[in-house]
Amino acid sequence: MAFIDMPKPDPAILARREAIIESLIEAVGADAVIHDPAETLAYECDALAAYRCPPLAVCLPRSTAEVSRILKACHRLNVPVVPRGAGTSLAGGAMPTSDSVVIGVARLNRVLETDYANRFIRVEAGMTNLSVSDAVAGQGFFYAPDPSSQLACLIAGNIAMNSGGAHCLKYGVTTNNLLGVTMVMMDGEIIEFGGPEGIPAGLDLVGVICGSEGQFGIVTEAVLKILPKPEGARPILLGFNSNEVAGACVADIIKAGVLPVAMEFMDKPAIIACENFAKAGYPTDVEALLIIEVEGSQTEIEAQLERIREIAGRHDPQVMRESQSAVQSDLIWKGRKAAFGAMGQMADYMCMDGTIPTSSLPHVLKRMQEMSKEYGLGVANVFHAGDGNLHPLILFDANKPGDQEKCEAFGADILRLCVEVGGCLTGEHGVGIEKRELMNDQFNADDLEIQMRVKDVFDPAWLLNPAKVFPIAVSHPRRNRNTGKAA
Amino acid sequence: MSATIEPKSEKELAQLVGEAAARRQALEIRGGGTRPLGNPVAAACIVETAGLSGIRLYEPGALTLVAAAGTPLEEVDRALAVENQMLPFEAPDWSQLLGGSKAGKSTLGGVVATGAAGPRQLLAGGVRDSLIGVRFVSGEGVAISNGGRVMKNVTGYDLVKLMAGSHGTLGVLTEVSFKLVPKPESTATLVATGLDPAASVASMAKALASPFEVSGAARLPDGEDGPSRTLLRIEGLEASVDYRAARLRDLIAPELPAGAELVLETGVDEQAVHWKAVAAVAPFHDRKGTLWRLALKASEAPALLSAIATSCRCESVLDCGGRLVWLLVEDGEAGSEERIRRLVSAAGGHAMLMRADGQTRATVEAFHPQHQRVEEISVQLRQRFDPAGILNPERMRRNAGARAA
Repeated sequence: MAFIDMPKPDPAILARREAIIESLIEAVGADAVIHDPAETLAYECDALAAYRCPPLAVCLPRSTAEVSRILKACHRLNVPVVPRGAGTSLAGGAMPTSDSVVIGVARLNRVLETDYANRFIRVEAGMTNLSVSDAVAGQGFFYAPDPSSQLACLIAGNIAMNSGGAHCLKYGVTTNNLLGVTMVMMDGEIIEFGGPEGIPAGLDLVGVICGSEGQFGIVTEAVLKILPKPEGARPILLGFNSNEVAGACVADIIKAGVLPVAMEFMDKPAIIACENFAKAGYPTDVEALLIIEVEGSQTEIEAQLERIREIAGRHDPQVMRESQSAVQSDLIWKGRKAAFGAMGQMADYMCMDGTIPTSSLPHVLKRMQEMSKEYGLGVANVFHAGDGNLHPLILFDANKPGDQEKCEAFGADILRLCVEVGGCLTGEHGVGIEKRELMNDQFNADDLEIQMRVKDVFDPAWLLNPAKVFPIAVSHPRRNRNTGKAA
Repeated sequence: MSATIEPKSEKELAQLVGEAAARRQALEIRGGGTRPLGNPVAAACIVETAGLSGIRLYEPGALTLVAAAGTPLEEVDRALAVENQMLPFEAPDWSQLLGGSKAGKSTLGGVVATGAAGPRQLLAGGVRDSLIGVRFVSGEGVAISNGGRVMKNVTGYDLVKLMAGSHGTLGVLTEVSFKLVPKPESTATLVATGLDPAASVASMAKALASPFEVSGAARLPDGEDGPSRTLLRIEGLEASVDYRAARLRDLIAPELPAGAELVLETGVDEQAVHWKAVAAVAPFHDRKGTLWRLALKASEAPALLSAIATSCRCESVLDCGGRLVWLLVEDGEAGSEERIRRLVSAAGGHAMLMRADGQTRATVEAFHPQHQRVEEISVQLRQRFDPAGILNPERMRRNAGARAA
């Protein structure tokens, strides 16, 4: 393992392995517990595949009641648990330790209630993100937060990480679309927080639970906002000969009062990679590409595009391409949507996830190219221009000794730069283990202490996903309250 | 007689809070004093935040505002208006409604602490949905930062959401950061008169289920100035507003009850009158009685209002399509508060006491009672942020036994 330390497993727990497994089976039955090492291997990592460790056991409950029984048992046995959605986390949020029990919620996947008059849906949190939109599509509705992994990722994971998606400039992220949760506490108590009424009765506990990375409890049900589907959408593609000009164009569009539903930026390395791979007809001689999408009826789309055309025109674009059909719209998006696949074909890559003030984009890109030369690793950027979320894609060769470490160091430097310019470490993927130690760059000791006090309230024993989010040394005293074991 | 302190910096504030914590001296935290919400606080010392004032960063091209928490709301609104932008949640003026300070100026921090949002929260969410960063001083006098100045931020726990609507019980806000929206180029309001709550909620639900994006849906009751008005607001580029207003009108008109009238209001000033009346809850100004704010599924509101009306005279202003109900109870008997809370709970909602006479405020909890574990979590969070219990003690829940003096 390269950079990221994990706490040493508790030998006392490992020694009790058989008894623990027996208790789990007693709680939920043998067909909901996986303990054969050949099978627990499948849960040893999430999408941060460079870091792996099979857990002690895996539970796959079928109901909130079963989740409660498992947590009660683990609480009694003082065994740490790692909640897991679909394992699509790019930050290692679902990565276990060998003394922990993974609790996967994918079997809790039913729709519980749809209410179009009040515009919400109540679901079990093991439903995939896309299946929620599918459930209400027939009535002309959709669920807005749409991470690119939406075919696979679960609502539970979306809530844990406060996931975003391409639509979030207009519709917000998960926390802006989440009305309530049912959460099972570490002691097994099942609590409802919030609800369809959409306003907290006291403190906004739903608001702090969202984004808590599986460290407060296990969310088994969610009340989600559903919205009427817009009548239509259409993209426009713009090419500029400098990042500065592209950034200025974005700012002017926003200042003009146009709020597109998406604004995607790609730098030259990303454009070339995507064009080689997807052959969508992107211009490869521009420095920056912008894809802007607007929504509404034909009339509204036309009105917004007219504004955008006018503003873009003032910035002397090299390319301005509009879509006249659904096929052309798909083509405009094709390259951008293939970005990760395009990079993956060229080499191994690491996808970073920081946020920066949009005005600092040209500076950050320039610094990144300087660092790229220093590290000897290529980097391409896709950027959610409307909200500042940046995805540097760093290319490396996993077979070359030392390359992964170099790549991680480069990534960490990029994230530090994001913080330096007034942004943050992570805009979508969450902290997990990946950015844990960098939390010291974003926060001081007091900031971290008060966050940990919040976890103290929800999970006093620190059994829920304990090795995540906080730097290992910082969380050490709390993680070892009950055990007195070494870090 | 309370002493008033007005710290001039976060550092000064932190010091005074730290000292107060050491002496276990209760502090009442006040912005402009225009929203006296929650249980009354008994504190010998009032901390006013007006000294922490000023816009620190405003980037219109990034829709970002950072300001000291004591900055007057009107100053912020003015600065944003210059760039044709605004706070997304339409902060309401409740000074006449709640009988708060007439001289005071609503502060940005006060808006955040009380979660004061207006009709546009229907579309944009509450204050917490636009808030992207906070700085605050904890009950121990420690300065804390959470969130920042960027929209997409999932770095660590989201204490930003927790601070919004915490009524000064978790910390004293010193700086707040918002994401903004452009001021709409054009607005139009459909006004349907003479709809009872049931018909009104049904019409609004129809509108809100359409793709025509409604930014306000409210009902003002029958009154001296005329029959009830059900309002649906649309905003955006001019061509878009024209199109959507027409489509919405076609959608709503056929199902209106006999005797109802439907008018499309396009005048800016005329519309402002309607929406300011909703935001400020104008029908309930200078009226006696107990004022509640209910939150529940909109579809439950009409039946609930009927049930409440069987035992008292009451009037309502509906907002957010009926999901938010302002209820004025004019002749509530003893125990009517419990009855109302019971009925609201049964309807799956909750009721906040917004304004009441001294005796009622002294005996009835301002915030709706919650599940025991939720109450415990809330108490413990307050304890962790404010161990000495000095910040607005008992503002959100009365103590079993008092701690600070």
